[in-house]
Amino acid sequence: MFNWLRRKDREPELVEADEASGEGTELSGAAAEAGLSEEELAEEALTAVPEDELVLEEQEEEREASLEESLAKTRGGFFSRIKGLFNRKTEITEEFYEELEELLIQADVGVMTTQRLIEALRERVEDDNIRAIDGAREAFRDEMAGFLEDESEGLRLAQPVSLLLIVGVNGVGKTTTIGKLATYLKGAGHSVLLAAGDTFRAAAIEQLQAWGSRAGVPVIAHQPGSDPSAVIFDAIAAAEARGVDVVLADTAGRLHTKFNLMEELRKVSSVAGKRLPGAPHEVLLIVDATSGQNALIQAKQFTEVSPVTGLIVTKLDSTAKGGIVFAIRDELGLPIKFVGTGEKISDLAPFDAGRFVGGLFD
Amino acid sequence: MIKRAGVKKGPTAWLDLAAMFEALSDRLEGVFSKLRGKGKLSEADVDIALREVRLALLEADVNFKVVKDVQNRIREKTIGEHVMESLTPAQHVVKIVHDELVELLGGGQRRLEMAGSPPTVVMLVGLQGSGKTTSAAKLALHMRKQGRRPLLVAADVYRPAAIDQLTQLGKQLSVPVYSEPAGAKPPDICANAVKKAREDADDLVILDTAGRLQINHELMAELEQIKARVPVTETLFVADAMTGQEAVNVAQEFHSHVPLTGLILTKMDGDARGGAALSIRAVTGVPVKFVGIGEKADALEPFYPDRVASRILGMGDVLSLIEKTQEHLDQQKAAELEKKMRTATFGLDDFLDQLQQIKKMGPLTQVMEMIPGMSGLARKLGPGQFDESQLKRVEAIIYSMTPGERRNPRILDGSRKRRIARGSGTTPHDINQVINQFSQMQALMKQFTRGRIPKHIRRMMSQGGGTAGLPGLPGL
Repeated sequence: MFNWLRRKDREPELVEADEASGEGTELSGAAAEAGLSEEELAEEALTAVPEDELVLEEQEEEREASLEESLAKTRGGFFSRIKGLFNRKTEITEEFYEELEELLIQADVGVMTTQRLIEALRERVEDDNIRAIDGAREAFRDEMAGFLEDESEGLRLAQPVSLLLIVGVNGVGKTTTIGKLATYLKGAGHSVLLAAGDTFRAAAIEQLQAWGSRAGVPVIAHQPGSDPSAVIFDAIAAAEARGVDVVLADTAGRLHTKFNLMEELRKVSSVAGKRLPGAPHEVLLIVDATSGQNALIQAKQFTEVSPVTGLIVTKLDSTAKGGIVFAIRDELGLPIKFVGTGEKISDLAPFDAGRFVGGLFD
Repeated sequence: MIKRAGVKKGPTAWLDLAAMFEALSDRLEGVFSKLRGKGKLSEADVDIALREVRLALLEADVNFKVVKDVQNRIREKTIGEHVMESLTPAQHVVKIVHDELVELLGGGQRRLEMAGSPPTVVMLVGLQGSGKTTSAAKLALHMRKQGRRPLLVAADVYRPAAIDQLTQLGKQLSVPVYSEPAGAKPPDICANAVKKAREDADDLVILDTAGRLQINHELMAELEQIKARVPVTETLFVADAMTGQEAVNVAQEFHSHVPLTGLILTKMDGDARGGAALSIRAVTGVPVKFVGIGEKADALEPFYPDRVASRILGMGDVLSLIEKTQEHLDQQKAAELEKKMRTATFGLDDFLDQLQQIKKMGPLTQVMEMIPGMSGLARKLGPGQFDESQLKRVEAIIYSMTPGERRNPRILDGSRKRRIARGSGTTPHDINQVINQFSQMQALMKQFTRGRIPKHIRRMMSQGGGTAGLPGLPGL
């Protein structure tokens, strides 16, 4: 038990991955000394969970509160205006449709998706012979929910180690999200390790290390300018050696128009897959809620080099509406997995379409 | 219930999307094809055109209200106008829209204003992730090139490692960075930094403040406090070119706390159309001063309204392309090449030269993006489609030939081809392909130099290229 704890304490110090693999062996050595097999280690990890759970619940509550708050803020802008529109109008007129269209476009939903939504509403109104505005409200709520509801729940994790690759353009909040996601996963009973795959931006490694120590998880890093594929390769090795079950890999922000950088990402993905079958288990594209129509092109281009499996929408605590996720969902069918709602480490929550949309019209 | 297109349509969904981004002019061509020949734009024509204009602007993330405003102004200017003789009605409307956008985007002092008594203090503000720290470093380098002595100030005490980031960037550029240990308050840091600049005779102080939401009262008050403590000459709002409809509200809110004097538009090296710039400019009246076009420290440019206007309209960035071409094309070589083309002594060596010149201009897709009417095609093809490694292979093949073979590829027989294949790590089939491409090119050149453009090339050039004759843009 103590050995296990000690091991945990030591981990954050491990930074150099070259060392890390060495340390990893050493650690298994330490475990062997204590007469603990890998399974026993895992078991201890499991028994350790209940203690954490109390904290988790508190965190959970805090998180719920902050999500509600943030969503309330978001709704305060766009959604309350949609609500207001439905309350204000008494009849379903052309003018009503026009105003609804304006509101959706102003929320960055995009012209095409907006038109599709409006068209669907018109059809419903016609087919179901809806006369009253209340009926239209119900129908529209349905349509919006239909856009966002998701068949695949949660993260796809594999045993014994899962690699989650975090990708996105510059400045969307990848590193911050990793810090939050590490805290979230740790809270859910996983052991987590961070891979500092952004070897390009000045101080990106330091930033991830700062988040790593806040979240209390180890960070595997190489020198600035080194090959991100190698960092992630080593991180997987370190995770296996230490019995860590989730590796969160940071990557440098890259504009999807940069051919070489996108090829680099393709390589990262394929190297990971060779080292760990099935990896990356999730490729999470971080989308800034303030971004406009370009995010749709980003999503498509990223998918081409490393198939994106889900979105994390950040900065939803801003006044931006994040309507672009409707467009991304509409065009590419990508599910939203998490939403980031602030700068605190607990400001991340699983996305819940029902709650998101349900709140729109209350 | 709506069927999700992504699920239903699969890969074809993207083609529709690419079509959606087709240049405004292409779409207007379509709309106007029925009207061709009319001399005057009727109200009905204009309304149809304006609908397309509206879509183009909204897709470029121009704010909804600004779009309405632009629409009205264009309407007034267009109805009853005689279409210029050299233009089709579509081109005429595009020209009016383009001019209008240039007018909206332009104006105002676009250089940095310098304080009467140094140091000049420039404060960078904006949302998280807009690119303030990178822009601060770029600005420092830019101004140093103009003979200033910049001091960078790390006033972002919130984001982990933000100070490290600026310190490292400063080190790379050999620009001094002022920072204080954890716990210091940004207004104090800034005040101390200005004092330090005076002592060291640095005449430009660039304050890198933390990213903040415009609704965060505490942090907005902090900006006001900084302004109260140090004589800020320029307050530059750093805006991400990819920002959507909300850009206007964000900028306005910042503007109301710390009056902005200029904008830096970042991440313009992507393919975002940059409608946010137009929106912010139109609503706050603050001029765009610089454009960030890459991750390197020298990737900061002055702002050219006409280029961004073209880009918002999806017309490609012809001027940037031409500049890029001029920058990278060796004039002397070009002259030589022209002579060779005329005398039909253009060999594989010259072909190689050409390839290398093109390569210097950057990834091919990026080059194509800048050509009007080609941006849609470039997107349709995606970044992987122009295989740059293909170019390398061609290079290797040509390098494996003797000078004689390069001058006259016709002497290549089976044995020579096998040798070249071995030398370049390719197959004789690859070599045939290169030679075929080359002879096609040669044949084309002969026709070009005789002043005849083959029909299929003309068709290629006109495909989606409705802007060819647009005044204000050099014909491409």
